[in-house]
Amino acid sequence: MAELVYQKWSGKINETIIGAGPLSIKIGAEEGLPFLFKEGKIPNQPRIAFEVWDIAPADWPDELAGQYKDVFNNPLEWAGKCVQEYQAQAICLRLQGAHPDFGNKSAEEEARLIKDLLKALDVPLIILGCGDDNKDNEVLPVCSQAASGKRCLIGSAVGDNYRTLAVAVLADGHSIIAESPIDINIAKQLNILISDMGIPLERIVINPTIGALGYGLEYAYSIMERARLAALAGDKMMAMPFICFVGQETWRAKEAKAGEKEFPQWGPEAERGVAWESVTAVALLQAGADLLVMRHPKAIDCVRKYIEVSFKDNI
Amino acid sequence: MALSGLDIYKLLPKTNCRECGFVTCLAFAMQLVKRQALPEKCPYLSEQAKSALDAASRPPIKLVVIGEGEDKLEIGNETVMFRHEEKFHHPTGLGFIIEDGLSSEEILKTVNKINALSFERIGCLLRPNLIAIKQNGDASVFAAAVKLVKEHTNLGLVLISKDASAQRSALEIAACGKPLIYGLDKNNLEAFTKLAVEFKVPLVVSLQDLSELSAVAGKLIAQGVEDLILDTGNKNIAEKIWDLTQIRRRGLYRSERSLGFPTIVTIEDSADRFDPILEAATYIAKYAGVVLIKANEPWQALSLLTLRQNIYTDPQRPLQVESKLYPIGNTSDKSPVLITTNFSLSYYTVLGEVEASKIPAYIMTIDTEGMSVLTAWAAEKFTPESISAAIDKYGLKEQVCHKQLVIPGYVAVMSGKLEDACGWQVAVGPKEASGIPSFLKNLQL
Ligand code: SF4
Repeated sequence: MAELVYQKWSGKINETIIGAGPLSIKIGAEEGLPFLFKEGKIPNQPRIAFEVWDIAPADWPDELAGQYKDVFNNPLEWAGKCVQEYQAQAICLRLQGAHPDFGNKSAEEEARLIKDLLKALDVPLIILGCGDDNKDNEVLPVCSQAASGKRCLIGSAVGDNYRTLAVAVLADGHSIIAESPIDINIAKQLNILISDMGIPLERIVINPTIGALGYGLEYAYSIMERARLAALAGDKMMAMPFICFVGQETWRAKEAKAGEKEFPQWGPEAERGVAWESVTAVALLQAGADLLVMRHPKAIDCVRKYIEVSFKDNI
Repeated sequence: MALSGLDIYKLLPKTNCRECGFVTCLAFAMQLVKRQALPEKCPYLSEQAKSALDAASRPPIKLVVIGEGEDKLEIGNETVMFRHEEKFHHPTGLGFIIEDGLSSEEILKTVNKINALSFERIGCLLRPNLIAIKQNGDASVFAAAVKLVKEHTNLGLVLISKDASAQRSALEIAACGKPLIYGLDKNNLEAFTKLAVEFKVPLVVSLQDLSELSAVAGKLIAQGVEDLILDTGNKNIAEKIWDLTQIRRRGLYRSERSLGFPTIVTIEDSADRFDPILEAATYIAKYAGVVLIKANEPWQALSLLTLRQNIYTDPQRPLQVESKLYPIGNTSDKSPVLITTNFSLSYYTVLGEVEASKIPAYIMTIDTEGMSVLTAWAAEKFTPESISAAIDKYGLKEQVCHKQLVIPGYVAVMSGKLEDACGWQVAVGPKEASGIPSFLKNLQL
């Protein structure tokens, strides 16, 4: 009779620490494939960060926006609610309001917000730019400096715009998100470029650019599996933890947003949206996701429970 | 284990008598490797050669069929651990559990609800595959419930009961539909084996321990019962993933015949509406051949069926639509023309929004080999040249009296070059398809 088949790996995923205080989190450090505890050590549970914006998001569907309507206009209160009411383990602040089309907030304004947030919060902070390269290059270095020493995770560096952010992150002791468009070669190349700037490998986190359930999820799923297999086989330039923007992608999907009136055969949108976000998250966990950025508190609660149950007795 | 051409040649008579239709035994061996010829073509094969060839040609994970007719479910025949290595072949069968203790009205209501679960996504119809009837009371109640369900659905059935006599009375009613019998354990092994042989139906083998499972499946194979599905019972998520992974690895990497079967997982019922869905999603991603679950709300089924569609899509061949000019609604020669790629998801997303806008329009899909807008643009498949060529190819000039194209917002950068290349005026549409309705309402031709 045949024996159990164990796969031996020579490589290991880097461990990235986010946050400076007692509530800092560690992600990565896996020595095997996701959830196969008997094969390789998986010392850190995947973590979930609540996504918070510096302005009230205009396009969040009602079911989602309704969860935060009392705090939507105040990022400090919003983040506070995530921590106090929902026990958030991390906050991911998106500086959308810096975008020239969405308020064009100045670097100083955003830096002040970061300072206030860091003063009010004990949980680790992830900081995202607004997506406009020029503006991000102006704003993020100032924000990085404002958060100096707090070991934040800041993003996103992309193939043709990584230098400015890398310099700031390196100087201020943070980690960096390296974003690539669902392409394993570009992901690797970007990691090399960033590490050439002097950033240690364990301070790089890969954003593989995911699609939501039904919207290209399978592409990211396979890219992540391939990258993880390469890393475990010893490729150090692929051995970074993954961050996945689950909330951002999910809540664009029609199946998460559309009301029951529009699609009666799909059932109530309240449950549907939460299911869409949490199933997307769970699928990506199976592909190796280490850090999920999510939006709906109920979905986050479900996925956190899922992770805890799976990790119970296994660490 | 796969044999090489030379391995096979060694098994042949080496007389080059040509009766197989090939000039030499070696030529025949080479065709056998490629599965382009059948071993039977050679009349002189020894028994030993026959069984060796047979074993080599057997797929490492057996294909098992549940149900019959158009709605039958085929599972197994998988070849890889990771979808990028080739693809996952037979999508996980999704089945819903009904307790036999419910009243007839309740059973009927549930059956009809399950029958109605059908969703169209990117040109494919997504439906569940099975209804499982679970015994709680005595045999006659079980048989009556099975009868009732069978009369009202075309989906394949799963009969859940450890009681061989209850299974027998249910099979007397339902065997012709090739149901799956689920309930064999160490104590009823013989009786269940007999049922599987007598009624020629597939059988689940349930044992917590993998070596025991393999041993029992081996015994069943020896008795000629080969339509098996494996189950390791109720465990925590991580242990379950481990079992499913081991069964798949041992089938594929070790050619362990007694574990070379598809698997089934039953999701424990829970008061929570989401937990069972997340668990089911896990096993759809990680190798389950069948997932049985009680939760049957449309939103629950839709999310699981969509995940199944994603995971089982062929990674080498993204879903595509024909590249052509699609008139949507009551188009006229004044209708706007929207350009996108022939990647199914792109086309159907645009289609949904155009339909929602209630403004008749043409969608012209460019052949990008199934790449999405941005990917195709980066790969130079979605270019001013390919769009210009499509305008001529699909006779756009004959369809509309204006000369304006709408391109996706993500490729706004190409608008100047496109105008030069085709001589049409280019309007830049929204980045996200959801912006299409309001865009079309304000579009000036
Ligand atoms: S029939 Fe058999 S023995 Fe004759 S040539 Fe073909 S393989 Fe060789």
